[in-house]
Amino acid sequence: MKLSDIAAELGLKVEAGAQGLDAEVTGGYVSDLLSDVIGNCTAGQLWITLQVHDNIVAVATLKELAGIVIINGKQVSANAVEKAEAEGIPILSTQLPAYETAGRLYQLGIGAD
Amino acid sequence: MPGKALFQKTFTIKKDDFANAGEASVQIKNILKDVGFDSSVIRRVAVASYEAEMNVVMYGGGGNVRLAVNPDNVMLVVEDKGPGIPDVDQAMQEGFSTATDEMREMGFGAGMGLPNIKRNSDDLKIITSPDSGTRLEICIRSSVSGTEEN
Ligand SMILES: Nc1ncnc2c1ncn2[C@@H]1O[C@H](COP(=O)(O)OP(=O)(O)OP(=O)(O)O)[C@@H](O)[C@H]1O
Ligand SMILES: [Mg+2]
Repeated sequence: MKLSDIAAELGLKVEAGAQGLDAEVTGGYVSDLLSDVIGNCTAGQLWITLQVHDNIVAVATLKELAGIVIINGKQVSANAVEKAEAEGIPILSTQLPAYETAGRLYQLGIGAD
Repeated sequence: MPGKALFQKTFTIKKDDFANAGEASVQIKNILKDVGFDSSVIRRVAVASYEAEMNVVMYGGGGNVRLAVNPDNVMLVVEDKGPGIPDVDQAMQEGFSTATDEMREMGFGAGMGLPNIKRNSDDLKIITSPDSGTRLEICIRSSVSGTEEN
């Protein structure tokens, strides 16, 4: 499923990196620990997190993730937005908590891989 | 270092610069992409490079990472002049971390960095002391795709 379709289904707000919305999402991963994501996420996955600082973009870029979903209505840092635009990494946001975000994704057929 | 590298470049890593942390690793990844490495090699280098870079930012007080592309491997030499690692065996254990509360709030300090480096490298040497800081020599075997026939 394309990230743009997921964004529409879940009502996600696009904060940055709209140029990457065409990407095919291969799975999802929920974690707020950066080394966990670096170690265990695979390319093409959508990363669900409450981390909003600049470094999340480097992690997503290095792992070639499909994008980042910021939960709980948290506001991503302006610097992260700037970096995400430059790298073409989509950052999306939702008022939903992690559990519900992941659950909705699963219902759409987005599994772990 | 024996042999002559096909390509070499050194990147500076700044102390406590969380805003730009990871940039050196992103640049390294882009270089390897341009050279034409296959994605599995690039991903392993990216993981090792990122974790080593973050440790230099957080614990090493800044330093540098040298990338060397050799005919059959990629070497990362990551150096800092920080306090050193008192007990390397302990530091290598998944879950061990001396990260501050502030670092943990940012999602660092899972104690997974060094194990991630180990898992993604073919050879890892850690040379560390309180006087000279810490030096990681990370070797990831590879071949440049498309140049084998030459
Ligand atoms: N360059 C370094 N200089 C001094 N101490 C270091 C260095 N690198 C690692 N350490 C020590 O080793 C510990 C374990 O490092 P490791 O990268 O595995 O985990 P972490 O950085 O604490 O957490 P994570 O990498 O999961 O965010 C660190 O908490 C720190 O005490
Ligand atoms: Mg670490």
